[in-house]
Amino acid sequence: MLEFVLMIVLLFLFPFLFVGIINRTKAFWGGRQGASIFQPLYDFIKLFKKGEVISSTTSFIFNIAPSVTFTSIIFAGLLVPLINQKSFLSFEGDFILFAYILALGKFFSLISAMDTGSSFEGMGASREAGFSTLVEPAFFITIASIAALSGNYSFQSLFLIFNNTGELGILIILLSVLVIFMMILVEGCRVPVDDPNTHLELTMIHEVMVLDNSGPDLALINYGSAMKMVIFSALIANMLHPAVFLLIPIIIGTLESTVARFRFSRLFEFIFLMCSVSLVVLALTMIALYENPVGLIK
Amino acid sequence: MNWIKTQNNTVININEIPTLHIDVLRHEIMNEYRHNKRAIGFFGVKNRLFTVLADDFNSQILVSSAKFFEIKSYSSLTPDIPAFSMFEREFFEEFNIEPAGHPWLKPVRKIENYNFLKSDDEEVHEVAVGPIHAGIIEPGHFRFLCRGEFVENLEIQLGYQHRNIESLFLQRNKPLIHLAESVAGDTVIGHATAYCNALEALTNTNIPEKSQIIRAIALEMERIAVHIGDLGAVSNDIAYLMGTSVFGATRTLVINTLLEICGSRFARGLIRPGGVAFDIDQNLSDKIYSMLDSILTTVEIIIDSMFSSSSVLSRLDKTGIVSKETAHEIGLVGMAARASGVPLDIRADHPWGSYKTLNFEKIVMKSGDVYARTYIRYIEIKQSAQIIRDLLAKLPENADLLTQISKPLSPNSMVISLTEGWRGEIVHTVLTDEQGNISRYKIKDPSFNNWNGLALAVKGNGISDFPLCNKSFNLSYCGNDL
Repeated sequence: MLEFVLMIVLLFLFPFLFVGIINRTKAFWGGRQGASIFQPLYDFIKLFKKGEVISSTTSFIFNIAPSVTFTSIIFAGLLVPLINQKSFLSFEGDFILFAYILALGKFFSLISAMDTGSSFEGMGASREAGFSTLVEPAFFITIASIAALSGNYSFQSLFLIFNNTGELGILIILLSVLVIFMMILVEGCRVPVDDPNTHLELTMIHEVMVLDNSGPDLALINYGSAMKMVIFSALIANMLHPAVFLLIPIIIGTLESTVARFRFSRLFEFIFLMCSVSLVVLALTMIALYENPVGLIK
Repeated sequence: MNWIKTQNNTVININEIPTLHIDVLRHEIMNEYRHNKRAIGFFGVKNRLFTVLADDFNSQILVSSAKFFEIKSYSSLTPDIPAFSMFEREFFEEFNIEPAGHPWLKPVRKIENYNFLKSDDEEVHEVAVGPIHAGIIEPGHFRFLCRGEFVENLEIQLGYQHRNIESLFLQRNKPLIHLAESVAGDTVIGHATAYCNALEALTNTNIPEKSQIIRAIALEMERIAVHIGDLGAVSNDIAYLMGTSVFGATRTLVINTLLEICGSRFARGLIRPGGVAFDIDQNLSDKIYSMLDSILTTVEIIIDSMFSSSSVLSRLDKTGIVSKETAHEIGLVGMAARASGVPLDIRADHPWGSYKTLNFEKIVMKSGDVYARTYIRYIEIKQSAQIIRDLLAKLPENADLLTQISKPLSPNSMVISLTEGWRGEIVHTVLTDEQGNISRYKIKDPSFNNWNGLALAVKGNGISDFPLCNKSFNLSYCGNDL
């Protein structure tokens, strides 16, 4: 029962703290006192009390998209193992549903950005679509490699192999963690990929897509992208240790304080690097399977 | 003689200025350009077109004029000398005399009924930014033609800040110094100094040496403050958090010192015709010394880590390049020109006041990219700090600060007052009529020259690098719109 409560808190409340910790870390490095780590929660409540301004050029897609995206992220959150390799829902091949339910949400946020007819948002949508195309293979290669290694095809049992593993296994874990961490930066739109604090429409990726959203819709979008970061962190936490949930926002905050954002044309190099690392994971998995066809679990 | 030679802040009689036929003037300008002169003024007064050229090597200024009574057009200079483009556009807008053959006769400040450049290519899409922006900046419209993420062309539309400030200077019995301080809000000292120098020249007033020194100290402090602020702004645009927060805090130390001197962080009220209104005593002088020490230490530490960070360098290096040839051709001035390798600095070329007594070396960089325009700010901060230290050492004690200007302006005169503000050369040209009233007040802010530089720098770069290029120039909208 306690575990169940913890899982609910982790999925639904922790996203606010996650962003709060990142901002607090950035404030620390910037020599500022910084806002309370509950500030994202206060902002969420504030936005929910506000009205909405909806552009007259938009259609129903713009109205439903934030809800669809948010729902898809919650659904993905139900599938991902949160604590002790346990998730709310689990079945064979659930990680494929996980990836595509997130893709569905992203699809809606893309077409909703196009729906506004703004040149900025179209630009943001095209950038986001370009990145997603490259993030997807990296995710699948990594997760499928681990699945092949464990001989299991559901998220819950996927990471069990890491409880008891050899040197090759540790290498695979570390590289997979690297891939997933880079994915958090891309999907969560953090520095050095995107700058969540900028006011410059021309350089934004995710933020520019939601320029027209306001009020409760904006609240859901912000909440959703924070939740997405928690969900991906959960993958790392399952491979390493639950303390990772607190460590990742601190690492992200430190990274944002010390590194400048990449030049846009070089972002693809960063994402290709992520794909390449996932290919290394695949190669190592094949070596492991060749040495021990039943997987590392034995 | 087709030109009359003068110097910075030297009064000449309008009747002595040669009046040529406009075709002869055109020929003369072309001839002088071949001898490394450059235009700093090209404007009409009633029926007369004045041309002011700067001879930077001999610290001289050349003035000539032409009648344009009853003519509708003349042969444009721009195809031969692109630097005249903005001047001719401005002249056309004000007097409706067409420079025939001008390739792009777009109004400088008028906004209505203008059609932006379009592309027939289906792959090229338009992005319109502004005039209302997301940040707290001035209004200006940017129209990009983009191929994917890359900028094919940028068209800049300004004029939203037009206040007709030049004609406000014709008001009588008004304290015009307040107007001069508001020409561009970030160059209060630069424009106020230019105005006061012109006025003092016209009334033949010698101001106390101490006030000359204080003016120069203030001008260099303004330069340091804005440069540090810009380093912070560039850091912010590339999401380099450490630079943003530290430079922002450091700038405050500088402008707070200005606050202690004169009660305004932007030094409004410090510079007055006839001298300065506030003294720098021993106590303040010590404070300035220690402020300089502390900001230089901080700036150096952050610059060290900033310019050794590969992620920062990858953003700045080879972004928004303006080559030396281009910079020269389009007539870039000031810091942006020096970053491209064009050695223009009024403090050395046409020194005034305390700068005549200083050993001043121009700082020039070669690459002309955002890196150069950022790094040159750091070197200029160090140089300005040294200048302030030298000047503070010379500061006499208990001397006069302000002389009363009681004499009327000398009639039928013209004076050209050049100042090197932090952004570049500021030109105030004042003409008086027979009664000794100001009949024309012409202002040229460095932004007027440099906006074209920004448009060219962005070409071929990613559109997401535009804000960075823009910050590296940091041009004034109201300085251009006047």
